[in-house]
Amino acid sequence: MDTGFFATDFGILILTLLKSLALIVPLLIGVAYLTYAERKVLAAMQLRRGPNVIGPFGLWQPFADAIKMLFKETIIPDGSNRLLFLFAPIITFGLAIIAWAVIPVNDHWAIANINVGMLYLFAISSLGVYGVIIAGWASNSKFAFLGAMRSAAQMVSYEVSIGLVILSVLVCAGSLNLNTIVLAQRHIWFAIPLLPMLVVFFISGLAETNRAPFDLPEGESEIVAGFMVEYSAMSFALFFLGEYANMILMSGMTTILFLGGWLSPIPFIPFTWVPGPIWFILKVAACLFVFLWVRATLPRFRYDQLMQLGWKVFLPFSLAWLVLTASVLEIFGWLPHA
Amino acid sequence: MIPDIAFYVFAGILLASACMVITARNPVHSVLFLILAFINAAALFVLAGAEFLAMVLVVVYVGAVAVLFLFVVMMLDVDFAALREGFQRYAPLGLTIGFILMVEIGLTAIDWKIAPGARLAGLAPMPADISNTTALGDLIYTSYMFVFELTALLLLVAMVGAIVLTHNDRHGPRRQNIHIQHDRRIDETLTMVTMKLGEGSHQITPHAVPDREIAQR
Repeated sequence: MDTGFFATDFGILILTLLKSLALIVPLLIGVAYLTYAERKVLAAMQLRRGPNVIGPFGLWQPFADAIKMLFKETIIPDGSNRLLFLFAPIITFGLAIIAWAVIPVNDHWAIANINVGMLYLFAISSLGVYGVIIAGWASNSKFAFLGAMRSAAQMVSYEVSIGLVILSVLVCAGSLNLNTIVLAQRHIWFAIPLLPMLVVFFISGLAETNRAPFDLPEGESEIVAGFMVEYSAMSFALFFLGEYANMILMSGMTTILFLGGWLSPIPFIPFTWVPGPIWFILKVAACLFVFLWVRATLPRFRYDQLMQLGWKVFLPFSLAWLVLTASVLEIFGWLPHA
Repeated sequence: MIPDIAFYVFAGILLASACMVITARNPVHSVLFLILAFINAAALFVLAGAEFLAMVLVVVYVGAVAVLFLFVVMMLDVDFAALREGFQRYAPLGLTIGFILMVEIGLTAIDWKIAPGARLAGLAPMPADISNTTALGDLIYTSYMFVFELTALLLLVAMVGAIVLTHNDRHGPRRQNIHIQHDRRIDETLTMVTMKLGEGSHQITPHAVPDREIAQR
């Protein structure tokens, strides 16, 4: 592959496009079926049946929903900023997709295996707030704006603790490269020595993706549907799918940082024969199940509780744990040398 | 070829959006163009091989600073008519100040001396096995440790100053204190009463400690 057509500039472009396609198509199918899985899991937990009419076990439901959304009318409210109004859902969905460019699903199986992969992921996830803010502002509606304000404060607050959690993993792995971070977990997953950080990361991830119990930006009982009040048809669908794509991304990040990425959980022969991507998908699915489980279990947080948890509990705790991790690594001479 | 095209595309968008920042009529649009300019600058950093700086630019400026900026600008109800009022009266003064600033910058630029070793240092080959993240870390946390800590201290002082200036201890809103809630015993909140038939509950006054009193303990 290093010679011939795929070594030329144009060839690399084509190759990258093909790789992106190979990643995005399964990802989009995953997003579609995550909406189905959420309805089925919630139904099972609430002793209902969930979608079961369209296709066997209701399996065609996501496609039926997509077709329905496509044929609905896109309503642009009076006095809204048209361009930004239509741009906001595209930002949300686009950002959820482009973050996958650096995620390795197997050894060196990433579209771009860059040196600063973790920073790239962090940067992209910190941009996610723009879709919500722009949507809230461009809608020219009170409820939408309130939702956007809440979301901006919430996402900025929880990013701080996410950053510190990521730092404590990076100290252990000694690299910003996602491939190296996963390979550093060959002997022991970071989930075991850094278990409290995994919990903090996951909860912050819930807040970052605006999922229950931190779905205050939507808060349908107080501010109707928050920032997406005014959205309909495909623009609404993009927000909706963006939320699920973000959940998958957050689960992917959890898998890479703490659960050993594509590595087999049991290092014996029959299990190491299973290809890496299968393990990766299974781990992501397990994280996603917890996302859904939390939604079915916990009531929504009050806003001051949310802020208190972010700033007064997670921030000092993750800072202390980072110092502890670094000190232990230094004292025992376990610091990785990159 | 492709990196060249990418450079001109990103540089073009960067310049165009930088101009739009100061010419856009709506302040929210200005901030959004500023964000676009930041992102394109980050892309130029990537093309120059400084991927760490690029990512930090996005994380710090776009992900944190510009969000707060946008937040504030959206909350402000800007009256455009009032902003344009007196434009002609202040225009000469503004132009004068701008001109003086330009002359000052020009004077500095004339007297600018490049350090003698800088050109040679720039020509030195990049060490192949060290990523620029590692190189930056090595420099900042060894040679420039003191300067780095001092900068951090300055930022801390600015932060403390801002908090001191804007903080006011309001007594109006009652905040939830989880410790007080957990410390409360059953007999402070609950009274068991045996009701007699035919009599209302109006005689019973709960001797529970009121919330206010608990809050003061």
